[in-house]
Amino acid sequence: MLAMALALATTGGGYLLVLAVIVPVIGMLLSLVVGGRHAERIALALMPAGLGLSLAIAIEVWVTGQPLVYILGGWKPPLGIALRADGFSAVMLVTAALVIAAAGYFARASFSTPPELAEKRAPLAFWTLLQGLWAALTVVFLGGDLFNLFVALELLTFSAVPLVCLDGRPETLAAALRYLLFALFGSVLYLLGTALLYGSYGTLDIALLAYRISAEPVVAPAVCVAAGLMTAGLLAKAALFPLHLWLPPAHANAPAAASAVLSALVVKASFFLIVRLWFDVMPGLATQAVTTVLATLGAAAILFGSVLALRQARLKLLVAYSTVAQIGYLFLMFPLVTGGHPWSAEAWNGGVMQTLSHAFAKAAMFLAAGLVAEQLGHDRIAELRGIGRAMPMTVFAFGLGGLSLMGLPPSGGFAAKWLLLQASVESGQWAWAVIMLAGGLLAGGYVYRVIAPTLASASVAVKAPASRRREGVALALALGAVLLGFAPEGFFDLLQIGRPVAAVALR
Amino acid sequence: MSAATLAGLTGAALVGFGLYGLLTDPHPLRKILAFNILGSGVFLLFGIIARKGAAAGFTADPVPQAMVITGIVVAFSATALAVALLLRLFQETGRATLDPDASAKTPDAGADG
Repeated sequence: MLAMALALATTGGGYLLVLAVIVPVIGMLLSLVVGGRHAERIALALMPAGLGLSLAIAIEVWVTGQPLVYILGGWKPPLGIALRADGFSAVMLVTAALVIAAAGYFARASFSTPPELAEKRAPLAFWTLLQGLWAALTVVFLGGDLFNLFVALELLTFSAVPLVCLDGRPETLAAALRYLLFALFGSVLYLLGTALLYGSYGTLDIALLAYRISAEPVVAPAVCVAAGLMTAGLLAKAALFPLHLWLPPAHANAPAAASAVLSALVVKASFFLIVRLWFDVMPGLATQAVTTVLATLGAAAILFGSVLALRQARLKLLVAYSTVAQIGYLFLMFPLVTGGHPWSAEAWNGGVMQTLSHAFAKAAMFLAAGLVAEQLGHDRIAELRGIGRAMPMTVFAFGLGGLSLMGLPPSGGFAAKWLLLQASVESGQWAWAVIMLAGGLLAGGYVYRVIAPTLASASVAVKAPASRRREGVALALALGAVLLGFAPEGFFDLLQIGRPVAAVALR
Repeated sequence: MSAATLAGLTGAALVGFGLYGLLTDPHPLRKILAFNILGSGVFLLFGIIARKGAAAGFTADPVPQAMVITGIVVAFSATALAVALLLRLFQETGRATLDPDASAKTPDAGADG
């Protein structure tokens, strides 16, 4: 009951959450109004501010050891809407701010409008949509109300879909439309679930709903149906096998900076909500049987996505199929976290670590792949021979990202897979450990397929030497994924803040 | 049969039709229409929940109505975006399907369909 009271009152530092939402929204609206060449300046000026706010939130959560809460307008739930930031939200906010800032800095080469050139639509659309996407992600990570989260998810979709087809080629239009149709299927199922939950409990506030659901002796049928509908909808948006069909063409055809953001962050937003739903809203429903189904789909995604990645002829498609596989790892955490066991905390840390390290590694790999495609004019893997000599920094960034995907030390991917592996061994669920090792080997295979020809001694005709600055952005992101492997103990304490263990332990 | 039950069954039927269309129909335009039918079913359900007044014991709860209005705006924007994408796809390629292997329709046949 004490935790309940805490979740329904504004805490010190709560205003930071409001600022974190407002900054990208103001940027998006200003870009739209002022328009033209100013959009880029507004976006790039606000990104450091947003990063600073995210860091301030993370530090505040870490120092106080409590989730931050802000009750909007002083209207308490069930009528009002709360913003909340726990450890998971805080690290996701920082990751999103870093990846978006990196993608924005990288995209200046493609989407800037120097004074001597006439203004065009594509740059304005790119910078406005990038800020819209950032705003939506922030609300997803902070939102405390399921309907508010629905609106955030829709804003995210409406920002992400046009980014896929910015250059207007027919194949990108088809990819964007397919992505949108999958996303709409997902969002309408999610909305149906929220309707059922509101009808049963009269609130959509996560903390209040969790309290009311856990107060009942048996789980109501409406809750089961709602959980099923919302999870199915979110899985379509998170592209978990077998609902991944839209992802490879959409992520592979988008401009490099957009691909990086889509793969690193946008699919994670839906995953984040599935975690919220199963562990915050209805922990009583997350039984071993149900979570095993999720993890089985994840295991299938790892094997299927990795094998398809091995067979791709184009570099960006290979990276996109690797995303399908890496999303699978995220879902292995579910049966390991559930139930308040000694290994649950380890599995939780592993799952979050996988989310973060994949975000950095995959953003780096997409940016590197984009640079290669720009320099060569194509991204056929068979014709990458010798590119390692022409652009060593890019290939190194791609390799470092690959290192993290494989789960080799030292990298965030290694830390993530090691924690999940330990949890699966301790809990006696060996099957997940075997899948993880097999997935690591397959990842090694597809990364080797790219790296090996690039190191061959052949001369290759590149258009112009790649910009050092842009290569540096890709490398910095890859180094971020590696640095996560050196995360100190205190970092894991941060991830545990606000993790809903009490409700589970009671049962 | 009370009005609420009838409305509930209608909503469920709309959700069923919409879901079936969205999953089975290969044509993007029909998928978009199916999404709207599915959405209408969900909005109807919100209406019944408002009637139920689960939140505060009102005769009619205003919160789900606010949600429906937001939901309609979102569904409208989604439909507009989807139709715009489909129109652009048709202008660029002369076909309005997502299947890349399908033979390109003549513009006339496409405009009728």
